[in-house]
Amino acid sequence: MIGEHLAALQVVVPLMAAPIIVLVRRGAFAWALTMVVSIASLAIALALLVQVREVGVVSYALGSWAPPWGIEYRVDIVNAFVLVLIGLLATIGGPYAWRSFAAEVPEDQHYLGYAMFCLCLAGLLGIAITGDAFNLFVFLEISSLSTYVLIALGRERRALVASYQYLIMGTIGATFYVIGVGLLFLMTGTLNLHDLATRLGDVAHARPVLAALAFVTVGISLKLALFPLHFWLPNAYAYAPSVVSAFLAGTATKVAIYVLLRFYFTVFGKSEIFDSLPTQDIFLVLSVAAMFVASAAAAYQENLKHLLAYSSLGQIGYITLGIALANQAGLTGAIVHLFNHGVTKSALFLLAGCIWFRVHSLRFADLAGLARVMPLTCAGFVVGGLSLIGVPATAGFVTKWYLVLGALETGHWWIVFLPVVSSLIAVWYVWRFVEAAYFREPGPALIGIKEAPPILLLPAYVLVALTVYFGLDTSFTVGTASRAAEVLLGGLR
Amino acid sequence: MSPLAALVAALAIPLIGALLIAMAGRAPNLREAITLLTAVLLFLAVASLTPHVLAGGRPQLALFQILPGLLLAFRIEPLGMLFALVASGLWIVNSIYSIGYMRANREEHQTRFYVCFAGALGATMAIAFAGNLITLFLAYEALTLITYPLVTHHGDEEAKRGGRVYLGYLLTTSIVLLLVGIIFTWNVAGTTDFLPGGILGDHLGKAATGGLLALFMFGIGKAALMPVHRWLPAAMVAPTPVSALLHAVAVVKAGVFSVVKVIVYIFGVENIAGLSSVDWLPFMASLTIILASIIALRSDNLKRRLAYSTVSQLSYVVLAAALLAPLSIVGAVFHIAAHAVSKITLFFAAGAIYTAAHKTEVSQLDGIGRRMPVTMAAFTVGALSLIGIPPAAGFVSKWYIVSGAAASGQIGAIIVLVVSTLLNAAYFLPIVYAAFFRPPPAGDAAHGEAPIPILIALVATAAMTVALFFFADVPLQLARQVAGLPD
Repeated sequence: MIGEHLAALQVVVPLMAAPIIVLVRRGAFAWALTMVVSIASLAIALALLVQVREVGVVSYALGSWAPPWGIEYRVDIVNAFVLVLIGLLATIGGPYAWRSFAAEVPEDQHYLGYAMFCLCLAGLLGIAITGDAFNLFVFLEISSLSTYVLIALGRERRALVASYQYLIMGTIGATFYVIGVGLLFLMTGTLNLHDLATRLGDVAHARPVLAALAFVTVGISLKLALFPLHFWLPNAYAYAPSVVSAFLAGTATKVAIYVLLRFYFTVFGKSEIFDSLPTQDIFLVLSVAAMFVASAAAAYQENLKHLLAYSSLGQIGYITLGIALANQAGLTGAIVHLFNHGVTKSALFLLAGCIWFRVHSLRFADLAGLARVMPLTCAGFVVGGLSLIGVPATAGFVTKWYLVLGALETGHWWIVFLPVVSSLIAVWYVWRFVEAAYFREPGPALIGIKEAPPILLLPAYVLVALTVYFGLDTSFTVGTASRAAEVLLGGLR
Repeated sequence: MSPLAALVAALAIPLIGALLIAMAGRAPNLREAITLLTAVLLFLAVASLTPHVLAGGRPQLALFQILPGLLLAFRIEPLGMLFALVASGLWIVNSIYSIGYMRANREEHQTRFYVCFAGALGATMAIAFAGNLITLFLAYEALTLITYPLVTHHGDEEAKRGGRVYLGYLLTTSIVLLLVGIIFTWNVAGTTDFLPGGILGDHLGKAATGGLLALFMFGIGKAALMPVHRWLPAAMVAPTPVSALLHAVAVVKAGVFSVVKVIVYIFGVENIAGLSSVDWLPFMASLTIILASIIALRSDNLKRRLAYSTVSQLSYVVLAAALLAPLSIVGAVFHIAAHAVSKITLFFAAGAIYTAAHKTEVSQLDGIGRRMPVTMAAFTVGALSLIGIPPAAGFVSKWYIVSGAAASGQIGAIIVLVVSTLLNAAYFLPIVYAAFFRPPPAGDAAHGEAPIPILIALVATAAMTVALFFFADVPLQLARQVAGLPD
């Protein structure tokens, strides 16, 4: 009985939790319900993943209106993987949020924060699960609006500016997306993604479809912070409450990347129009720019969260590079990095939150000698950093392996060296932290500082452990990602 | 103990040791007892494997898949056996030395030092026994990272700078070149296992083979082939025991070991012999031998001189392997052991001089042989061995390398070896001469020999240097197996 409705429950459970939280207006209850909802989301996502591994595609007709007339929720191995990532990071963030919110958010706003978190969760899960282009837009707005609020909850007043900046850019992105979808609807008369894919082949007039492709690309690229459309991201991540940064860094851009994959490979993949544009080259160039420019910018940040945010932009470059390669190995690398980087970067943001919790600053000048007083936090941070570099036995290594393999298959030698050379920039910015934390004498800011409390450290360490685990045993991540890549490439002609 | 159990033990003992050392941090005597015990147990486990491997046994252990088709796997073959024997055997001696050195110089963070040391040995064992390139790479990177805290042990500005160069060179080369080489190999051969005769077969064209070889040779930065040698002198900011075991034995030997392993078991000697696109390698190795010797000659700092001597001697191994003649391969393998015992003796002596007399420069060593006769006698043995004078280990390897070069008609290599022998003599013998035959400078502070543990260690390694000349059977047998020659 429940098994049939898993796809709907995936979104409905967190969506319904939000109004309940607002009605009860109790911080503790809100936290408990958020916890339950997060765990339920993870469980449902895992159940769906198991299902699609057996049957391939789970299609759920909302309200029993058969697709393409009604809204269809369509789960295959690609989005099941993304759903698991979102569920996982929400579950890990739950226990952390308790102390993190207590320290960073005024108490009377706690329950609202949790309500927004549930809405954001529902929105992100909805984007990933829906098979309807307009429904996707609705969920995009739900997740974005709740995200603006979550960011604005940050302690510093600059959080408001960051949130406003994101609001402007996010709205432009969503508008571009919906214009693109409108054009597609005009030409094909359908909004169902799967249906769109089959009908696009018969479209006589190419120009509006071309325009649609352009609008959708720019709109989604804004949401996934593709260089140079990234300006909203660093401040948004830096000034949001710790747990929000961690959750968003691991999920928000990743979901947008999933949408890009869906449109490029499933929707436009079969149409001839796709081949008439140099999308592959454009993405290649922009990815490389992100991998080098944004990573180098990371090395010059004075604030640890800014550093992590710029590093995210560079790491997104890896993912889009894999997409640009558009072969089995490259795409496997992109999808596995979507997951691995989500886990790694969330771990790092949680640890940055631990540091903030004690030191009340994330400026490098104040972090000198931190390893003496917070050895566990710093050690975890170094492990996460090694994964950003891509050292073997960490999750980041797996990505690099597949990206290089994918680049080799294209036969262009110069691409082969791009991901490896750019990971040297990661060495540079990670070592800035190492040298500050381990080699400098502790300053006055660190007097009386203790290790972060276990309730904050433990969730972070679970993710750090996963970072190492997914570097050693890749059967789950690579296995799923390579099947997802097969599915996506199967959508091409 | 069954071979498989011994293999597991050899991989696990250093790691368990590191854990116990960390827990015993508050009790220095217990901590150092555990270090010694770990070293002895490790050596016993490794030694117990030797007869089995000599008899043709190849114990192997496959753990799990890192990537589809790529296992974390270990397989012992003669080359790895020899390397593991050398590294684990010298760790015992080095531990005795470390105890003397670290206490006499009142170094800080000693627990971290011993933990990292044990961890480094664990990584070294994993490199020695790696069954495929991916396992080797994993352990190789682990060794770089675990030795970083040892290099930067003093934590001052100079250590930090040295650490940057160390990490910068080693990570850059391994990530940008070695990793790409490994993935390239996997892409064309469909495997990364080390197999006798190589795995590349005729999958690759002539130019691509040369290119791949370059990725490996410069990617294995630990072999310090010029121009990727700069990290080695930079690493000399570390305390002397680290320089002695890691930057004369474990880390650098992991480099040349990987070089030999890749040439023998990935490319296959017969596959690439006579290929014009790999001719650059003996040339680069020769260049490194000569240039590094000249720099050593011009360095007044004793540890720096030894470091450049190491760069030069490492390229002996690379050159010998690159000659692609069976006898020279024997020389290459034997030199891994010969250079290890000789160079560790020299570093021990340098550390003893620093501990007892606080002298670091060659020009300060006039007459020091009168005050520290044991130390300087050991130093002389090590120096003679590296020059290649019998009865010392260095002579044996040089003999085989020259024989191989002569048998395959590579006269250029012989000339390089002769010139380098002269250069070695030129930078070592003046030290010996000054120590024993020049009068000490007036007003020199009175001092005697270094503490007893240090003396025990350096006498032991000097004795090994000579012993390896007279009892070279086991290493030579292993080396002949690597080269595919009958025993």
